[in-house]
Amino acid sequence: MTLDPVVLFFVLGLLAALAKSDLKLPPALYETLSVFLLIAIGLKGGVALSKLTGSAVLWQVVAVILLGAGLTLVAFAVLRWRLGRADAAATAAHYGSVSVVTFAVASAYLARQGVEAEPQLTVFLAVMEMPALVVGVLLARIGGDKQVNWGRLAHEVFLGKSMVLLMGGLLIGWLAGVDGIKSLSPLYIDLFKPVLSLFLLEMGLLTAGKLAGLRAQGLFVVAVALLMPLVFAALGLATAVAMGLSVGGAMLLATLCASSSYIAAPAAMRIAVPEANPAISLAASLGVTFPFNLLLGIPLYLWLAQQVYA
Amino acid sequence: MPFHTKKLLTIVTESVLEARLVKDIQRLGAHGYTVVDARGGGAHGVQGGAWTFDRNIRIDVVCDTEVAKAIALRCEQAYLPDYGLILYVSDVGVLRADKF
Repeated sequence: MTLDPVVLFFVLGLLAALAKSDLKLPPALYETLSVFLLIAIGLKGGVALSKLTGSAVLWQVVAVILLGAGLTLVAFAVLRWRLGRADAAATAAHYGSVSVVTFAVASAYLARQGVEAEPQLTVFLAVMEMPALVVGVLLARIGGDKQVNWGRLAHEVFLGKSMVLLMGGLLIGWLAGVDGIKSLSPLYIDLFKPVLSLFLLEMGLLTAGKLAGLRAQGLFVVAVALLMPLVFAALGLATAVAMGLSVGGAMLLATLCASSSYIAAPAAMRIAVPEANPAISLAASLGVTFPFNLLLGIPLYLWLAQQVYA
Repeated sequence: MPFHTKKLLTIVTESVLEARLVKDIQRLGAHGYTVVDARGGGAHGVQGGAWTFDRNIRIDVVCDTEVAKAIALRCEQAYLPDYGLILYVSDVGVLRADKF
């Protein structure tokens, strides 16, 4: 198995930071790259969606929303074994939610293997971000006396940068269609992987920073962060089979389930469940689960999907 | 040149609080404020400033003692229990007292 070059950029960032190199990308670049990636993923999905007809997708969207909420409950039940209510709820929200970058790398991996996937997976990516955050906040607040400012949370979730760009990209791609998007494709389609490589370099640097804090969280958090993606990928595969997705679609849904959020969820939890310790969820999500999915999980989920469909 | 004595209230905290703090500061009677991105370390670990969630801000408010006290009280009650936040006050001299 050879690693995709974009993943090697992640390893480069990781090693550079661990070796205490002075390599550091300016924060403005990180912001710019993330804007680019979100628009590009949205556009690509939107164009593919414009070729689609029928209402089956609607039911699938409902199914993955329920799946996202269900995963959060499972994660909470597991984490509650050792963690306090607020910490377990906030971390569960990270795991029920999804990682856009993990999805992007999985899509690139599929393309490299020559496996097709359904276009609606991009829609799943967009809708799976939200239910986990709502369930996470509910879990933290049930039975407690603290009030939830739902307006502020809704604003954060629906009008947050990632949601606006992803949904906006989807809509623009859908409206423009295959021909309309041609003038944009040199930037958003052709340059996708080079930009992703730069982004992953930055992710490597950030992940290394979270590794340092991992020791403080103990073995339980690390074990959960390694096992949860495997269990969730299996649940995702089962759902994909039930929904009648193709091998590629099943692999991407498994990856979505296995991935954990480290952009939308931390921000939302910091606002809605401030008493939860962000160091726990970030060490698990960014320090363990993200690199695990990138280096081992993604090839493994494709292999698993191929076994299931064989 | 005569300087008028005012309080400089400085708050260093997590950037997720910016919108709420700015609203509080205006509501409690300050006439202006300055927000800058900040990096640093302390009880809540190192804030690298690379990401929204581990980014810090510093808010400077020049105001009267009463306003400074009101803002500090609001910070203590609403944010100190759950967020990384420090604040301090110092005496400063300003040229135009009516600006603050």
